[in-house]
Amino acid sequence: MSNVELQTPSPTPAAEGTIDKVVIRRLDFFYGESKALKDVTLSLRAGKVTAFIGPSGCGKSTLLRVLNRMYDLYPNQHAEGEVLLDGENILAPALDLNLLRARVGMVFQKPTPFPMSIYDNIAFGIRLYERVPKSELDDRVESALKRSALWGEVKDKLSASGLSLSGGQQQRLCIARTVAISPEVILFDEPCSALDPISTAKVEELIDELSGDYTIAIVTHNMQQAARVSQFTAFMYLGEMVEFDETSKVFTSPRDKRTQDYITGRFG
Amino acid sequence: MANLYPGRKRRNVVWTGLAYAATAFGLSWLVLILGALFWNGFSGLSLDVFTKMTAPPGVAGGLLNSIVGSLIQTAIGLVIAAPLGILAGTYLAEYGRYARIAYVIRFINDILLSAPSIVVGLFIYQFCVVPFGHFSGYAGGIALAVIATPIIVRTTEDMLNLVPNTLREAASALGMPRSLVIRQVAYRAVRSGIMTGILLAIARMTGETAPLIFTALGNSLFVVDPRGPMSSLPLIIYEFARSPYAEQQRLAWTGALIVTLAVLILSILARVLSSSRGEGGE
Repeated sequence: MSNVELQTPSPTPAAEGTIDKVVIRRLDFFYGESKALKDVTLSLRAGKVTAFIGPSGCGKSTLLRVLNRMYDLYPNQHAEGEVLLDGENILAPALDLNLLRARVGMVFQKPTPFPMSIYDNIAFGIRLYERVPKSELDDRVESALKRSALWGEVKDKLSASGLSLSGGQQQRLCIARTVAISPEVILFDEPCSALDPISTAKVEELIDELSGDYTIAIVTHNMQQAARVSQFTAFMYLGEMVEFDETSKVFTSPRDKRTQDYITGRFG
Repeated sequence: MANLYPGRKRRNVVWTGLAYAATAFGLSWLVLILGALFWNGFSGLSLDVFTKMTAPPGVAGGLLNSIVGSLIQTAIGLVIAAPLGILAGTYLAEYGRYARIAYVIRFINDILLSAPSIVVGLFIYQFCVVPFGHFSGYAGGIALAVIATPIIVRTTEDMLNLVPNTLREAASALGMPRSLVIRQVAYRAVRSGIMTGILLAIARMTGETAPLIFTALGNSLFVVDPRGPMSSLPLIIYEFARSPYAEQQRLAWTGALIVTLAVLILSILARVLSSSRGEGGE
């Protein structure tokens, strides 16, 4: 049963003061000839965390990568439909991709620190957009590292290579790098799947703290994580948006049988 | 069921023995060559070799003009080949990775990698010597560049292909434009690998003789101006080795030793660089 609603489905009547930061309408995505996303429609509420769950290959990472047009780096991948960021369609071909990606940041599954010092990893992104004097740059780097709960661990070795950190620290460095340029939306693509449980807990705590100031979308194959960190959850299956509602409703009283089967572990 | 194990063990011993023997055979030739070079060339190594010019038989001489000529022509070759090779390798790995023309370029590059160097020499003779009416160090340098460029293209492309795409995506996700992603992230990740490619290209250029025969010709005077004919070590080895005079033959051996040592040192440097920094983005 595919979602044929033409309006953006709202899980609850939009309360005053809440807005839809990102609105996705009838999105199709193609890898070459094959259709990976079919008629997806949903929206991301500003300042809230939306989780995307579903079995492998259901299209959740594909959907996330549409939101910052990451697929543009590769030929043979294209999207059709509408994705509105603050009302502006980001699928428009004339859109400045670099500016889009400054507003929509992404943290990947595998931590990818740049081959430079910890300080430079963070300063790098800032220097791209602003001419900032050294003292202010120091402050910005410090506050980004503090926001990612990494400052205490690295403040004495800012000139050490980013690659010398542990996996969990590297991922928090990548998060610091992303928040340093003050995006509006942050996309997390299975950010904890390469991390140990303690680092995972730290990153989840981080996502919780960030959520007030940023709109967050997180793809995860860990349902407990989705239940812990998100306010809204979208269940996807075979490229379709099957169910999208408040997290508590999706996990306690799902409307679709497929959702029910997935969260009870019948498949996945 | 027959017991196959003893037979397998026997055959294993035989083949392992053959493998060791083949290695020993190959290595022994290397040892013999290096031994002969040191044996014959070492005694000729003296300060004179590096300070005196090549001289006619009967006059005490050295190899200074050949050494300087080699250095200058190799430098010219490098100045042309390195930027060309790195940029072309970057195109193949970054911008043109999926383009059809990139396959053609790679194929042609591989052919040029093993092109007979005398053909390169003849080609440059036609285009850089004949129109000007005289041999020159520039023509020699250009011929060396033609030999070196495919090496640098290949190593640069291979190194950049080792950079994981996730690193490029992470940089793009910050809004970094493509050229910056390449310059400040990809290049930095494979800096030592690209250096290795350049060192190997220098090593190759140092030892090439055939392309220089038709382009630089050789010169018994000390010249630093590449606009005229220039000497180089491989050329002088070629000349002196055929000479009937003992002192010149000795100098030929010494020259061969110098060239071999240069190539050896560059190759070891390249190997040390590539293993100490590691490949790729990790």
